[in-house]
Amino acid sequence: MKVKELVEKLGLKILSGESGLERDIDGCYISDLLSDVMGNADAGNIWITLQTHKNVMAVASLKELSCIILVKNLGANEDTLKQSDEEEIPILQTSMTTYEIAGRVYNLLNN
Amino acid sequence: MHLEFTVIENDFVNAGSASSSIKKTLKQLAVNPSIIKRVVVALYEAEVNAIAHAYGGVITADIDADKIIMKVIDKGPGIPDIEWAMQEGNSTASPEVRDMGFGAGMGLPNIKKNVDRLNVSSTVGVGTTVEMEVNLG
Repeated sequence: MKVKELVEKLGLKILSGESGLERDIDGCYISDLLSDVMGNADAGNIWITLQTHKNVMAVASLKELSCIILVKNLGANEDTLKQSDEEEIPILQTSMTTYEIAGRVYNLLNN
Repeated sequence: MHLEFTVIENDFVNAGSASSSIKKTLKQLAVNPSIIKRVVVALYEAEVNAIAHAYGGVITADIDADKIIMKVIDKGPGIPDIEWAMQEGNSTASPEVRDMGFGAGMGLPNIKKNVDRLNVSSTVGVGTTVEMEVNLG
């Protein structure tokens, strides 16, 4: 599945990194601890988190993740959005909690 | 090939820039992607450690056909008990650093898992040197 389809199917808002919407998704990882994501996420994963600072993009880029979903309508700061555009890794936003969005992503990727 | 980067205390905005640069270099050298992943995880953690805990320092990387040797040399404060610091879950990070999602005590264990040789030496009041070696072949 492409990030674009994920956005359409789950009604996500695109905050940045629009040029990365054609990226392929391969699984998902959920954590708010950056070292946990560094150690355990895989390339192509969606990353669901509430962290919004610039280091999120450093981790996403180093791990070659497909996109980031920020929960509970959290926004990211300018720096973060700018880096998302540069790295072409979309930052997406949902009003849902981590639990709710995780369930939907799980169903989508496993059906 | 010898590369060098400066680390500035609390400069979280640039955390990962050395790792990103070395990742690009290793890609250009056509190193196996799974090995690059390990190098990147280890170096990123060491980089963040130096930013979060030390008064700045320097990162060096020496790459030859067989291996990459990375050294993160900081200017202190030093680690009083390395054995304690190496255990998963142990951290002396500030509440601010923890709020950013760092300081979970996973950094050094993550490094250990991803390198072929690791040496951490430290003198309180002087500084810490983390030496990491990964086989490229």
